[in-house]
Amino acid sequence: MRIIKLLFKNAFRHKLRTWLTILGMTIAILAFGLLRTLVSAWYAGVEASSSTRLVTRNAISLVFPLPISYKDRIRQVEGVKLVSYGNWFGGIYIDEKHFFPNFAVEPKSYLELYPEFVLEPKQEDAFLKDRKGAVAGRKLAERYGWKIGDTITLKGVIFPGNWDFVLRAIYTGKDKSTDESQFFFHWNYLNETLRKTIPRRADQVGFFMIGIKHPGLAAEVSVAIDKLFKNSLAETLTETEKAFQLSFISMTEAIVVAIQLVSFVVIIIIMAVVANTMAMTTRERLGEYAILKALGFGGWYIAGLIFGESLVITLIGGAIGIAATFPAAKVFSTALSAFFPVFNVAPETIIMDIAAALIVGVAAAVVPTSRAISIRIADGLRRIG
Amino acid sequence: MDNTDSPIVRIKNLYKSYRRGSQDIPVLEDITLDIREGEFLALMGPSGSGKSTLLNLIAGIDRADSGSIRIGGIEIPSLSETELAQWRANNVGFIFQFYNLIPVLTAFENVELPLTLTGLSRRERHEHATVALKVVGLADRMDHYPGQLSGGQQQRVAIARAVVTDPTILVADEPTGDLDRVSAREILDLIGRLNAESGKTIIMVTHDPRAAERAHLIKHLDKGVLHENNQAPL
Repeated sequence: MRIIKLLFKNAFRHKLRTWLTILGMTIAILAFGLLRTLVSAWYAGVEASSSTRLVTRNAISLVFPLPISYKDRIRQVEGVKLVSYGNWFGGIYIDEKHFFPNFAVEPKSYLELYPEFVLEPKQEDAFLKDRKGAVAGRKLAERYGWKIGDTITLKGVIFPGNWDFVLRAIYTGKDKSTDESQFFFHWNYLNETLRKTIPRRADQVGFFMIGIKHPGLAAEVSVAIDKLFKNSLAETLTETEKAFQLSFISMTEAIVVAIQLVSFVVIIIIMAVVANTMAMTTRERLGEYAILKALGFGGWYIAGLIFGESLVITLIGGAIGIAATFPAAKVFSTALSAFFPVFNVAPETIIMDIAAALIVGVAAAVVPTSRAISIRIADGLRRIG
Repeated sequence: MDNTDSPIVRIKNLYKSYRRGSQDIPVLEDITLDIREGEFLALMGPSGSGKSTLLNLIAGIDRADSGSIRIGGIEIPSLSETELAQWRANNVGFIFQFYNLIPVLTAFENVELPLTLTGLSRRERHEHATVALKVVGLADRMDHYPGQLSGGQQQRVAIARAVVTDPTILVADEPTGDLDRVSAREILDLIGRLNAESGKTIIMVTHDPRAAERAHLIKHLDKGVLHENNQAPL
């Protein structure tokens, strides 16, 4: 008879207790997995950033613009391959609750810099030829049921007025980490309108996106660009796209840390629950362990039974929890797509789930095992009857 | 019965006490006892007289304070815990008052359990366990769980488990204490048969004079002191 068979039979002696513990473990692993996915989603922009892209913005703050004339000077810096530019448009669709990121960009260079935004060639041509044309990500278009040719009106907040755009293309992400919820349109359309309505705000950009020849040049090029505009009216701050994205994350770091802490607290709580189950189980079976010892079974066998039983419970719970994480993440992804455009369960999260289930299983069995092994056979036998 | 002159169990000047708070309570005092191979010994005495403690010491599941227990030429108190476990697996068969079967294992699996400590193959283990169950008359119940068997049947499974490894000695602690009269008689018949036909050395603790009558030799313990015997009829 194999020990595996015995520990499975032992694990389900008290079916209700075992299934309740498994349910607890399932919920804990599900919660842990979703919270870790939430943290990953928080960093999705950082993860998706390219090491060959730099962002140049006003050194004082992102809200201050830079002159469009900087573009040609940046282009001349050694190591720079491509320069694009744009503005955060911040337009509102329907009302504030229907948030999605929208930008005015120089379309040709922007699409060249972002090969992860995949457009059908026909749609791309149509977009590039239409000054009022716009591009939306697949998820965003699905969310609002937009189709090619639809007119989309955004209410400008930073740039007042109602802005009409014609949807000319829908991009899909090259991989799962690509944000498919963005909306962008021609910067020239914005600029020409501003020239007519608020001329003092025309010919200014919020940021330059810079493509460099290889990642090793990032520091050198950043310094060279910033040096170029030193002591000018609009000094620049150039950093890698990753650093730029991280600067946003750092503003909400406390929330991320809180989520991470909660995810670990969930595991500690379930560890206490499983430890309690194992303590009860072992206490009830001290007599049986004494019999096994009397028959000649050593401490390792007893330990194997208790650790094995604990692991059976936590791994079954863990497996169900992991399986449930995927549909749950999908529901979250749909519900929170405006805030977390990328909400995918990462392989690292699954590895952490499995590790958590193993750690809980092992930790919960330590004290009961020690008790079962150390009890004298005669004392254990006295508990029977 | 094929008794030899040399004792298989030789106990000399055995002392055992338990500590209760700051007090040492003596349980066994200066026990000296020889048991010959193939002998069937009954240990009797009132509750708390130390008979179960003496049985536990002989079976190697408890440690004496001082004295010598030599079984089959091996000095039991000198063995380490691991050696003692190994020795018990090879030399001692246990029959308990409350059968002490593992409830989630079938009768067959309970009997096979001690064999997993031996080097026997799966097929050999199956053969041995089947034979043991046949000996106790439960070959047709091998797939039953203890909960599906009567008390007497459970005790017979426990006896099969005790003899399956062909141990040197069988120790039985009140083997009929939880059984009705008919079942008790069947169990005593079975134990007697094991002694008579297989020549097993049996040490049995009992309160029941009718059970003790089945033994060749009856020893009485009172307040930890062994009193010379009443010879039971053979």
